[in-house]
Amino acid sequence: MSHSASENNSKIVREYVIQNRYGIHARPAAMLVKTASKFQADVTVEKGSVRVSGKSIMGLMTMEASCGAKIRIVAEGVDAEQALDEIERLFENKFYEE
Amino acid sequence: MDAVPPDTIPSGELIFRGIGVSAGIAIGRAFLRPLPDDQVVERDISRADVPREIARYEAALIATRQQIRAIQKDCDPDVAGIFDAHLLFLDDGPFIKNVFTGIEGRRKNVEVVLRDVATGFMQSLARVKDEYLRERANDVQDVARRILHNLAGKQVTLADITEPGTIVVANDLSPSETVSINKDRVGGIVLDLGSPTAHTAIVAAKLGIPAVVGLHNISKEVRSGDELLVDGGKGLVVLRPTLERRTQALRQAESKHGIEIELGRLKDLPAETVDGYRVTLSANIELPKDVDAVLAGGAEGVGLFRTEYFYMSSKDLPTEEEQYEAYRTVAQRLMPAPVIIRTLDLGGDKFLSNLDVNWKESNPFMGWRAIRFCLAQPDLFRTQLRAILRASIVGNVSIMYPMISNLDEIVRANVILDQAKKELLEKGHPFNPHVEVGAMIEVPAAALVADMLAPYVSFFSIGTNDLIQYTLAIDRGNERVAYLYEPTHLAILRLIKNTIDIGHRHGIWTGICGGMASDPLMTPLLLGLGIDELSVSCSALSMVKDAIRRVSLSEAREIAQLALTSQSSVDVHDMFRELTKKIAPEILELVE
Repeated sequence: MSHSASENNSKIVREYVIQNRYGIHARPAAMLVKTASKFQADVTVEKGSVRVSGKSIMGLMTMEASCGAKIRIVAEGVDAEQALDEIERLFENKFYEE
Repeated sequence: MDAVPPDTIPSGELIFRGIGVSAGIAIGRAFLRPLPDDQVVERDISRADVPREIARYEAALIATRQQIRAIQKDCDPDVAGIFDAHLLFLDDGPFIKNVFTGIEGRRKNVEVVLRDVATGFMQSLARVKDEYLRERANDVQDVARRILHNLAGKQVTLADITEPGTIVVANDLSPSETVSINKDRVGGIVLDLGSPTAHTAIVAAKLGIPAVVGLHNISKEVRSGDELLVDGGKGLVVLRPTLERRTQALRQAESKHGIEIELGRLKDLPAETVDGYRVTLSANIELPKDVDAVLAGGAEGVGLFRTEYFYMSSKDLPTEEEQYEAYRTVAQRLMPAPVIIRTLDLGGDKFLSNLDVNWKESNPFMGWRAIRFCLAQPDLFRTQLRAILRASIVGNVSIMYPMISNLDEIVRANVILDQAKKELLEKGHPFNPHVEVGAMIEVPAAALVADMLAPYVSFFSIGTNDLIQYTLAIDRGNERVAYLYEPTHLAILRLIKNTIDIGHRHGIWTGICGGMASDPLMTPLLLGLGIDELSVSCSALSMVKDAIRRVSLSEAREIAQLALTSQSSVDVHDMFRELTKKIAPEILELVE
């Protein structure tokens, strides 16, 4: 399955405004890491000039993405689109917190 | 153990006073939990050693992962969530990569690199604004320590304690160490740090291991193998206790144990006075697991289900589902007995770090707490109310609002309760539409205007700890004025009596769920004042039931009447001590 990987490597960028009240604290961070880690694609989360791996709980926790913050998520790899679709569901549902 | 030349053996007792957080007496040898970080030895490695160091790290990661999973499987489900986060820290990509590049770049042994990488992350976390995220630094440290343990191969941990009755001595214990404590081997716990609400205290009390915390520097004074006496009831630790003290303590412990067994036999007998007056004896709990103790103690339900634990321990806001699961479990197991769930009572001495409560209040007990906090956070409040309402369909559930000081608060809380009901209707979740609502009477103003509140609630429950503190203007934590904290002060007795009488006039019952209810010496007084329900800590159930069963209501009323005209709160206390001595001397032996 990996032989075709390089052919349809895609890079997708989506932007979100964080809507859950307490921002990306430990539980949302853990959900994001668990989701991103299911995919081969590299997932990066950017807030302003800060960039961290979407597969790193330490990075996400130190990024301080609080409610109202604008963030960009970049996924790059064969399954980038699926990865972002699943991550988008987390954001749409405010990480199932409310 | 190494032989010590006789002239260097320190002699004589040394007494430490701290905060007793789990009652009971233990005598045993100290086990000093070493701090692993202190034992990291720095080594330079050659280029050829790099792969070996990396392999050591990988092996340690695998071992640590297995250990965390094993602990997670065995531990209390209430705390298992901590370890989910630990596993993610352990497998964090950038963290692992930093250790690898550190080994290669700095040519140092993995222990040193790991320690520094972990310290770096902890420092970045320490700079985060969110207080609750900052506290996660402890978890990073916990995980780093585990990896260090595994790198060191065989190192001494709490799991290595083999001698039963060992007293664990430490500066502090991490959450994962606390849950791995083996009751068969650990006889007592003494810590430099800690508070009664700390995790260690909760776990020790639940396991019934005598524990004293807040001893400042005991871990520096004690050496492994020293003999220690721990009195968790008095908050006392004695280093090298004399034979006399040991004998006396053991005799006391044995006799108390005998009485406890005797009182345990009251479990299935009714909470009824000699002259046939039946009072409801229920229990205070804070975790679903506590239901075991409620049933074992023969309580008739739960008069106070504290819900702060869910907000304080998990560090994440508990979801509606999590709370529902907890409330449902308790309600179902105790059905048809009543379960009174108190809505969130945060603030004062109980803080929550995951909400935007980042400022320090200069007077937290009078500040933004309990119902005031919930009314200002309607989303959070509704989430909890929905969870409680959903549990009301599977058991006998009531709701209790804490810290009510006027009618408006009850009315506003009920409006939010109605919204919660509407939301459940829309979602199609069933609930009991007639679920009863009560008010905690712990602000003196509420006791004085109880007649205004009574038509709007189904019961009152008096929280004596706060009522006493607010009425007498006493901060219990301030040792200079703590002596003024007097439950038998006439002002308190009048407020209690007023609340009960007004309740009865309006056809509603009044209970007491504060500390006064758990003091068996006060049982006759409260009965005499006309109380309908006593909700006590699980460990006091049998004593209070014994006190109820040994007194007659007529005698209790007579003495309570005397108390209401007494000029001295000390006299009142002595009066009830004398009464207890006469009718139930075994109780005095247990509490004194």
